[in-house]
Parts: sequence; C-alpha cells; structure tokens
Amino acid sequence: MSDAAAVPAPPTARAADPRPRRVTERVRSERRLAWMLCGPAVFVMLAVTVYPIVYAIWLSLHRSDLRFPAASKFIGLANYGHVLSSSLWWADVGHTLIIAVFSVSIELVLGMGLALVMHRAIFGRGVVRAVALIPYGIVTVVAAFAWRYAWAADSGFVPKLLGLNYDPLTREFSSYVVIILTEVWKTTPFMALLLLAGLALVPDELHEAAKVDGATAWQRFVRITLPLIRPAILVALLFRTLDAVRVFDTVFIETAGQNKTETVSILGYNQLLNRLNLGLGSAVSVLVFAMVALLAFLFIKVLGTSLAQQRGEK
Amino acid sequence: MKYTGRERSLWSAGIALVILFSLIPVVWIVSLSLKAPSTLADGNFLPQKVSLENYRGIFKQAIFTDALRNSIGIAIIATLIAVILASMAAYAISRLDFPGKTAILSGALAIAMFPPISIVGPLFNLWRSLHLFDTWQGLIIPYMTFALPLAIYTLSAFFREIPPELEQAAQMDGATAFQAFRKVIVPLAAPGVFTTAILVFIFCWNDFVFAVSLTSTTHALTVPAALSAFPGASQFQQPTGSIAAAAVVVTIPIIIMVLIFQRRIVAGLTAGAVKG
Repeated sequence: MSDAAAVPAPPTARAADPRPRRVTERVRSERRLAWMLCGPAVFVMLAVTVYPIVYAIWLSLHRSDLRFPAASKFIGLANYGHVLSSSLWWADVGHTLIIAVFSVSIELVLGMGLALVMHRAIFGRGVVRAVALIPYGIVTVVAAFAWRYAWAADSGFVPKLLGLNYDPLTREFSSYVVIILTEVWKTTPFMALLLLAGLALVPDELHEAAKVDGATAWQRFVRITLPLIRPAILVALLFRTLDAVRVFDTVFIETAGQNKTETVSILGYNQLLNRLNLGLGSAVSVLVFAMVALLAFLFIKVLGTSLAQQRGEK
Repeated sequence: MKYTGRERSLWSAGIALVILFSLIPVVWIVSLSLKAPSTLADGNFLPQKVSLENYRGIFKQAIFTDALRNSIGIAIIATLIAVILASMAAYAISRLDFPGKTAILSGALAIAMFPPISIVGPLFNLWRSLHLFDTWQGLIIPYMTFALPLAIYTLSAFFREIPPELEQAAQMDGATAFQAFRKVIVPLAAPGVFTTAILVFIFCWNDFVFAVSLTSTTHALTVPAALSAFPGASQFQQPTGSIAAAAVVVTIPIIIMVLIFQRRIVAGLTAGAVKG
C-alpha cells in the first residue's frame, strides 16, 4: 500500500504530452467526471474523520463532564496540562510502547520467516498461504479470548503444561507475555504478506549469480534480499507500528488494563465512556492521535530517504 | 530440479511449524467449546467427552442471536456502501487524469492510520443528541473511516491492472462508452471488487472499539462487543463455555471464506504494496 510514495511520478500518456499548458474542453470534462466520481467518497471520508477530530479538539479545550453538564466551560489547555502532568498517562504510554516494540519486532522476524517459506518453499506453498491467513481473518476479540482462556488458571491448559502454580493473567510480566503473543499470532500473517510483496520483486538472477560465486544462503539473504526489500520492510513496520500503538481489543479482553497493562487507548476509553469525562477523555484521544501522527511522519521521512537512495543508486 | 533430503526435511519442518503456530489457538478454542460445562476447568487441551451443550445454550440467548444478526447486517451494509463509493473513486483514480489525485490517495492513507479511539468521544456525544447511539447507522457511519480507505486502495490497484487498450478497442469496434464499460470493464473488474468486498467485510466484522463504545443493547450490539459482555448461564457461573462456542460460530464463516478465496485475498492485500 505504498502507492503514496509512487504517485508523484504518474507516467501517463497525457503527462508526456508536449502541449501540457492548453486545457482543452476534453481535459476539462475529464476532470469534471473525475471529481464527480471521487466526490462522494471524499466527502464521506472527511465527514467521518475530520469533523469528529475537530470536535474532539473542541471538547478537549472545555470542561465537559456528562455527570456535571451545568459546569461545562472553556478552560483552554488545562485538560492537556492535567493529562501530561499525570503519572498515569506516562505510565500508559510506557505500557503501550512495550507492547508495540516487542510485538512488532517479534513479528518482523517471524513474518520474514513466514514470507520466505511462502515465497521459496519447494512444496506445500498453497497450504502454507491458506493456513497462515487464518489468524489474520479471525476476529481480534476471539483471538484474545482463545489466548486468555488458554492461559487462565481456571480454564487453560498452559498453566498445567508449564507447571505454573499461579494465574498468569494476574501478574504483570506474564500478562504482557500473553498480550504480546496474541498480537504476534494475529498480525504476523499481515506482516508476512507485505514482506512477500517485496520478495516478489527481487530478481532470481541475482540469487543465481551469487550462488555461482559461492555465496551461502545466509550471505545471499543479508547481501541481496535484505537491501532490496528495505522499502517493503519499512512499509510493513509503518503499518504495524501505527496499528500496535492503538492496541485496544486484546488488552481490553485479556486484562482490561489490570496488572499495569493499561494502554493509552484503554485510558481514553475509560475516561470517555466509564467516567463520561468528555473533556479529559478527548484530550487523551487527541494526544493519542498526535502520537500516531508523529510516528507516521517519522516513518514516512525514513521511507522517503530510503526510496530516494534506492532510486539514486540505480 | 532436484532437492537434497536435507533441503526437503528443512522445508517440511518450516511448514509444520507454520501450521502448528497458526492452528493451535483455533483448535484450542474449538476444543474448549466442546467441553461439557462441568469439565471446563480440567486444564486438558482436548475434551474428555464431546458435548454440544455450550452451542445449545448460546442459540437460546438473545444477546448472541441478536448480535449475530446485527453483525451480519451492519457489516454487509457498510461493505456495500464502501465498495460502491470506492469503486467510483478508484475508477477515476486509475483511469482519469485530474489534479488532486495524489491528495486523495495520501489523504485516504492518512485516514486509514487514524486511531479509532480519537473519534469515539465526539461520536458518542453527537450520537446521543442525534439519536444514533445504539443503532445500525451509528456503527455503519464510523466504519467508513477504515472501510473507505481500504477499499479505495485495493480497488485502484486492481483497476490499474486492467489495460485501458481493451476499452479503446471496444470503442473502436463501435461500442458506446457505456457498452465498453458494461461489457469490458465490469467483467474484468468484478474479481477485484469481490476481493475488496471480502476484505472490507472482514474489517467491519472485526471492529470492537466502535461497537463497544457506541452500542449498549441487543438493538445494535455486534458479536465482538456482545462477547465481551456475555453473561454466564447463571450469575454464579463463568461464561467461558458460551464465549468459546460463540467465538467458534463467528470464526467458522471467516475461515471458510479465507480458505476459499486465499489466492485473491493475498493478491488484494499485496496489490497496493507491489507498486512501491
């Protein structure tokens, strides 16, 4: 889905037209048609995202508590001050980053393995593809329940298997293990598919040539495959990281934020829908949004330089 | 080509690992759902005795049957709307030349990365005053935030692969623009549209954040939200068995779909990425 990076150079026949300045009637009608076709989708996308986010920013600047509706008033950035000076917010940022960093890095390694199996397996490729897609298709809440019940002391087989004498979902470390394993299980297939798309672009001849020169499989992987699929890796990391920092379903089902596993999305949910504090909750929501936007910005910068480097080298 | 025995056994091990890793949690939840309520806590991986009691139980509970109806209805309507709007947009993006094309694509990408929690608060407040809280429309509208960008991306990648020469050839042969569209483009685009619809459906079916925040009763509760609020058979009983059975019921159709259409789903998910 990295089209955004590729779009700046659309090599259509019309762009190469030697007379691009003259806007003919035909071009004008084509533009009109295009906007009529895109209009509805663009309008809906803006209405369902931009409007609510602007409204969230407005709410975050107000004291707005549904339990005390009469006390609502404009209070500037006080809600942000309140959130950013609370240790709870920073602790939750920490929890979110632990889950995101560990699950995404484990997924990257496993996903690469899975992608290589899907790409190069000498038999059984179809079976692997089909089976690997199953976790991807399963509802996240269902996956979270499956893992929770497997580990919980009063229903699971894991405590018995590992000989644990406590409930893993009541302790901090083991709660993280279960949450991260669930996330890894559910999203490794997606990571693998994005990497697979990159692997498909690596020319076989390079591998053949290196083989003739006596390179081992590992050397070929590190020296040929990895550098060539760098953009695919970055795209996969971008998508998964942004997805992982908004983690909600798994944590909600498995620990509900207990044992110091509360993430920023759970914090926002609790403020908004349990405490009905729309002002404070919206401040949290806007900060989560800003966090995701900042991460996206950093990734896209790195991705841009990487793509530019690759084009420059060729 | 010949492969050595060592290569064969290495690949077999790799494949076996992938299959085990993917299937154990699925087999586990199925086996948990088949345990008799009295043996749920026995800690065995497989049930000692297979019982369908959990399944009989959930189909008698309105919270599950209604949630199933809501999930199917909401996901189908949201998918239809998203695919129709996105097909028009994607056709323009892949076929026509106009300023703002890049802006639409990068805007859609940005929207796809939106954390849903950041719009739940305002929607909750708005929906209460517009009487959309706990309704189907109240979920279908926010589902557009992820359904539309996903559909636009996947569809424009598919449409780009249909050679424009085919349309031109049909028109040369005397077909009108509409005939060319109907007889040439629609049949060629159908598989892509269908794949996109499956992907969008899976995403809508999967949603939890919006469902748990914007619904409250069996009027619009979807299955993921219902699972998290499932009552036990009595108030002294854990709902483990019911949840496991309900989880299996909502998972089976998805697994069947994924297995039948795996080739297309892989193509759909990677279609956009290859262009990078």
